Amino acid sequence: MNPITWTEFVRTRWMITKTALAERLAYRGDFALGTLMRFLPVVTQIFLWWAIFQSLDPSDPNQARLAGYSFRDMVAYYLLTMVGRAFSSMPGLSSSIAVKVRDGEIKRFLVQPIDLLTFLFWSRVAHKLAYYAIAILPFALVFFLCRDFFHRGMPDAATFACFVASLILSFVLGFYLEACIGLISFWMLEISSLLFVYMLLQFFLSGHMFPLDLLPQPFQQLVGYLPIKYLAYFPAAVYLGKIQGQALAIDMAMLVGWTAFFFFLSRWIFSRGVKRYSGFGG
Amino acid sequence: MSTIEMSTIEVHQLSKSYRVYQKKEGLREAIRGLFHREFRTVEAVRGISLRVEAGEFVAFLGPNGAGKTTTLKLLSGVISPTSGHASVMGYIPWQRKLEYRRRFALVMGQKNQLWWDLPAQESFRLHQQIYAIRKEDFDRNLGELTEMLEVCSLLGRPVRELSLGERMKMELIAALLHSPEVLFLDEPTIGLDVIAQRTIQQFLKRYQEERNTTILLTSHYMKDVAALCRRVVVIAKGTIQYDGSLTGIVDEFSSSKLITLVLGESRNADGLERFGELVQVDLPRVTLKCGKQQVSQILAAILNQYPVEDIAVEDPPLEEVIAQLFHRVSAGEP
Repeated sequence: MNPITWTEFVRTRWMITKTALAERLAYRGDFALGTLMRFLPVVTQIFLWWAIFQSLDPSDPNQARLAGYSFRDMVAYYLLTMVGRAFSSMPGLSSSIAVKVRDGEIKRFLVQPIDLLTFLFWSRVAHKLAYYAIAILPFALVFFLCRDFFHRGMPDAATFACFVASLILSFVLGFYLEACIGLISFWMLEISSLLFVYMLLQFFLSGHMFPLDLLPQPFQQLVGYLPIKYLAYFPAAVYLGKIQGQALAIDMAMLVGWTAFFFFLSRWIFSRGVKRYSGFGG
Repeated sequence: MSTIEMSTIEVHQLSKSYRVYQKKEGLREAIRGLFHREFRTVEAVRGISLRVEAGEFVAFLGPNGAGKTTTLKLLSGVISPTSGHASVMGYIPWQRKLEYRRRFALVMGQKNQLWWDLPAQESFRLHQQIYAIRKEDFDRNLGELTEMLEVCSLLGRPVRELSLGERMKMELIAALLHSPEVLFLDEPTIGLDVIAQRTIQQFLKRYQEERNTTILLTSHYMKDVAALCRRVVVIAKGTIQYDGSLTGIVDEFSSSKLITLVLGESRNADGLERFGELVQVDLPRVTLKCGKQQVSQILAAILNQYPVEDIAVEDPPLEEVIAQLFHRVSAGEP
């Protein structure tokens, strides 16, 4: 057999992406509506934080501070976590893996010369691309309307580069983290409760709900060591200049480390899972 | 070289058993089950041995749960055996080497390889890339296959809009695009109407003759088997009961013959039951079943005593012989 060349390697992944993209477009109506709906919470969040800051300093809420965040910082933070989650959230990934295992669709990836995780990863890239294509306009509109909240202006080029890198890495990390959870279905028929717990933890500990700086010690420090914070808090905090210098370098290295960790972990779980699956009768 | 002596598929004393969780009825038992699980061992395949040469078209025949599908899963590497050995084209299937995966195909069920919401054409293109099929080969194969299966006009339609039969055809095309040397088909005509069944049978027959692909097919439709395979492997309760030609099954497992008489003049069948079991009486036609050894004796006696216009001696229908065989195996008789 011919050795697989580099171009073949790329072309296979591109082909998966292209096919998955075409599939996404089959559902464009539902997809577009779903995408737009995600912007609704922006309004309620702004009101919520305004109420909170008002209670902190009823005379001048704009001067109030919460763990170093002003009201405008807080809204800016929230909008930035939305961007982060547009990269790191993986709706339906774990459950689709579970369905594949339960319904035996997984067989295809044992029989055909294609790896499940590679296939899912590039399908997910396609999903994200389709999502950005549709979401970019509403995102631009929201950021335009909310431009006053970003009173600190654009970060410098180096910080911005770190921000972009953290977004891309958060996508990869989010993918392999949720893939690991999905792959547990080799051992458990039903993972929906597990997934629920994970989602709940993620909501609080990723910084999606509030900036992690609001957490009391020692929780803040503890959460700081977890990979989940890279899914929402970290990119936003980088953009807002909350993490700088050496701390930023260490965090970036940690992010790369966690991403690699879950990359290898998912592959290890998969190979163990397949061993179990094939031992148990498929 | 040893490879020359090797058959395309070699199976030696292959066994697969797995534990299934024994679930008992009722809440009490369900709670008990949380702490103490009982398992039962199912022996799906029990020490089967078999050789298949290149270009053979072999049918695995057997009732549900006989071990047919398990055998195909073992040979395609989806599952690994409890004991025993198998090699396909020199590969050990459950090692799942990429080289091996490029050289065989498995068709199991109807929603396996195609993207539900996309035209089949797009799934085929992805297959081309995954299997690294050269463009010329891909175009030629796709052209030939779609023409043989008469689905050229359906290539652009989303798979979800296709009928069951059309989808099965597309599944077959997807499986054959990379010209596999070995093809495993699990119940390829299940659930299809008679016309679609026949199209697929004819297609498989023609394809196999042209390409000389080694094909293993499981089915419980006798018609599939009769139309396609010269060699039949009957599996029941995880063991091979028979391995040979289709007609040989009757010789080996049926001890009876059917005598059909067309009676003349009196048209009176009274007393014929002395010679054997009356299977059907539809005067003037009478069918009776008797032991193989007594056929000539009985024929002589009948011709002597009854006015007979026409006479035919036949083997019992294959379905019946196999049904009896399955029945006997499941009843635990030797």
